[in-house]
Amino acid sequence: MPADLDQSSAPASKTKFWNDPDKRAILFQIIIVVLVVGTIGHFVSNALTNLETRGITTGFGFLSQSSGFDILLTLIPYDATYTFGHTFVVGLLNTLLVGFLGVVLATILGFIMGVARLSNNWLISKLAMCYIETFRNIPLLLQIFFWYVAVLGPLPGPRQSIEIGSAFLNNRGLYTPAPVFESGFWFVVVAFFAAIALCWYLVRWNHRRQDLTGQQFPIFWSSVGILIAVPLVVYFFAGSPMSWDYPELKGFNFKGGNVIIPELTALLLALTIYTAAFIAEIVRSGIEAVNKGQTEASHALGISNAKTLRLIVIPQALRVIIPPLTSQYLNLIKNSSLATAIGYPDLVAVFMGTTLNQTGQAIEIIFMTMAVYLTISLLVSAFMNWYNKIMALAER
Amino acid sequence: MKKLASVAAVSAIAMGLSAGAQAEETLDSVKSKGFVQCGVSTGLPGFSNPDEKGNWQGLDVDVCRAVAAAVLGDASKVKYIPLTAKERFTALQSGEIDILSRNTTWTQTRDTKLGLNFAGVNYYDGQGYMVSKSLGVKSALELDGAAVCIQSGTTTELNLSDYFREHKMSYTPVVFDTSDQTVKGFEAGRCDVLTSDQSQLYALRIKLADPSSAMVLPEVISKEPLGPVVRQGDDQWFNIVKWSLNAMINAEELGLTSANADEMSKSSTNPGIKRLVGKEGPKGEGLGLNDDWAFQIIKQVGNYGEAFERNVGTGSPLKISRGNNALWSKGGFLYAPPMR
Repeated sequence: MPADLDQSSAPASKTKFWNDPDKRAILFQIIIVVLVVGTIGHFVSNALTNLETRGITTGFGFLSQSSGFDILLTLIPYDATYTFGHTFVVGLLNTLLVGFLGVVLATILGFIMGVARLSNNWLISKLAMCYIETFRNIPLLLQIFFWYVAVLGPLPGPRQSIEIGSAFLNNRGLYTPAPVFESGFWFVVVAFFAAIALCWYLVRWNHRRQDLTGQQFPIFWSSVGILIAVPLVVYFFAGSPMSWDYPELKGFNFKGGNVIIPELTALLLALTIYTAAFIAEIVRSGIEAVNKGQTEASHALGISNAKTLRLIVIPQALRVIIPPLTSQYLNLIKNSSLATAIGYPDLVAVFMGTTLNQTGQAIEIIFMTMAVYLTISLLVSAFMNWYNKIMALAER
Repeated sequence: MKKLASVAAVSAIAMGLSAGAQAEETLDSVKSKGFVQCGVSTGLPGFSNPDEKGNWQGLDVDVCRAVAAAVLGDASKVKYIPLTAKERFTALQSGEIDILSRNTTWTQTRDTKLGLNFAGVNYYDGQGYMVSKSLGVKSALELDGAAVCIQSGTTTELNLSDYFREHKMSYTPVVFDTSDQTVKGFEAGRCDVLTSDQSQLYALRIKLADPSSAMVLPEVISKEPLGPVVRQGDDQWFNIVKWSLNAMINAEELGLTSANADEMSKSSTNPGIKRLVGKEGPKGEGLGLNDDWAFQIIKQVGNYGEAFERNVGTGSPLKISRGNNALWSKGGFLYAPPMR
């Protein structure tokens, strides 16, 4: 070692360049870059020549051909005369739908379960523990099949549907009345946004008043009241510009109304319950990471249990919770591709399944699908990092 | 430095080698492996389905066995790879299998754009509908508003959409990966109708807990010529598969069966039979096979008629009549070019 040091500090004129650690490092880096680029380039050119010799058509031209098949659930207008480009969008939106709902529901359930796990009530904390240990340790695919085959499968057929008010539950899904908006409905929409603005103003006013006088205002319930009352009043003044489209049994199935297909329900239930079990553990570890003295100090000041949790413990726990939470969100979104096992038409089922098979453009389609998941994951990750920065301890 | 140079040289050589290694002929690779890799379905009675001992059986399986008999002289030297409809073409394109014999419909797109070749037709089929008898439906035209179970990645999906659009009816597609799942969906009542090729409907019907509770509607809504598929660009292998199938059809026409093959090959004076068993005529030379290649097929697998009766016809639970799949001389479509 000392010899090396001597060499590098001595005038470099006599040192051969492969004995100079700096230059050697640069050389190695160049070699690695060349190898990596060369390997990738080799794979690409290999694939291209093979595709050509085997006479397989390549390119993205297929995206503008008409698809010729229908899809169970579409969030945008779509039928068999639309293009393969549309099937991509339909699949993408279905994936985003289940991903978004899953993330929201899993977060809510996970927080509830995580807090319940730490409850002083023996029964609640043991129940939460049972839930976490059961659902965390059963493979997700089995859970999806469980909900789909064992829970939703045995529901009665359309003609023997279970009636819940004017909604119907059967093995084809949950049929609910769908709202039909008439021309005057935009007044109500405007009123709703106005109510949101009012609530926001109320929150700020309350903060200022509390800072100045120390007096509090029942901000939560008054906000809820405003959000419901204002649009409702406008709705009646505008002459009730909305009617309901009721589902009706016609022929084989219900027609009209809104339907939530069992594939979506099963997938959402499984993803939510499975991921929430992990989130609950993350929340528990986050809360336990907050020094017990904080809670005790808060209690000593006479702050209630609920407020201690909301104002003191959770904000500090969030700093520990958010980074692992992000990876649970990413897991949930990626796991949603298991949808294909029960026929929920997500991106993998619709685009990488049917579309790939009808067009045979394997490389293009798999590339696009991977790019989509990568993009979604990076966006979620970026958002969570931003949120984490906001929640981080402001150090001086 | 020496080390570095040698690493660079080795990696460069490896790149060059792997680029050159892709043009291997299928026949040579099959001979050196000692078995034929054959893509089959994940379980379709009559066409490709493992029996209770785990041996694959069926009309499509017999095509693979015929090719193995012709190339390796032993019909049992086949490795079966079960594939879903979605996986099948990628498996063939990537070289994971040598033949795809999996009730696959011959269409223009598949033949021209996927780099594949169809080596003939071993079953003339058409798409139909199966419904539960309790629905009281007598015709496919009464299916407006029905939920329909289908297997994804099939021509069935496209025909179904065409049919309902043409007749201005609506439907809900419920798409599953395997035919097993579609049957389960149908049984569980997720859908009113199960659609597939007619032959498959009969095969799937016997998988139901109570087969008599379902019926196949009379309408046939499409042409589905099913046949074995190979990769494009290997004409020798394409010819071998094509003529293995032709040999089975020609043998039926000549009255050559697995039972009488030995005797006929010795004693028959029929020039057609003599050519087929390789005593005269083109023999195996043009295909790169032994002269008795076709004899081995008939001896070990049987002619087309035998395979049909054994797997889907009167000798099987499916009891499908020959119909369109009878020989051309008996009112069907089967017509193999002459072996001369």
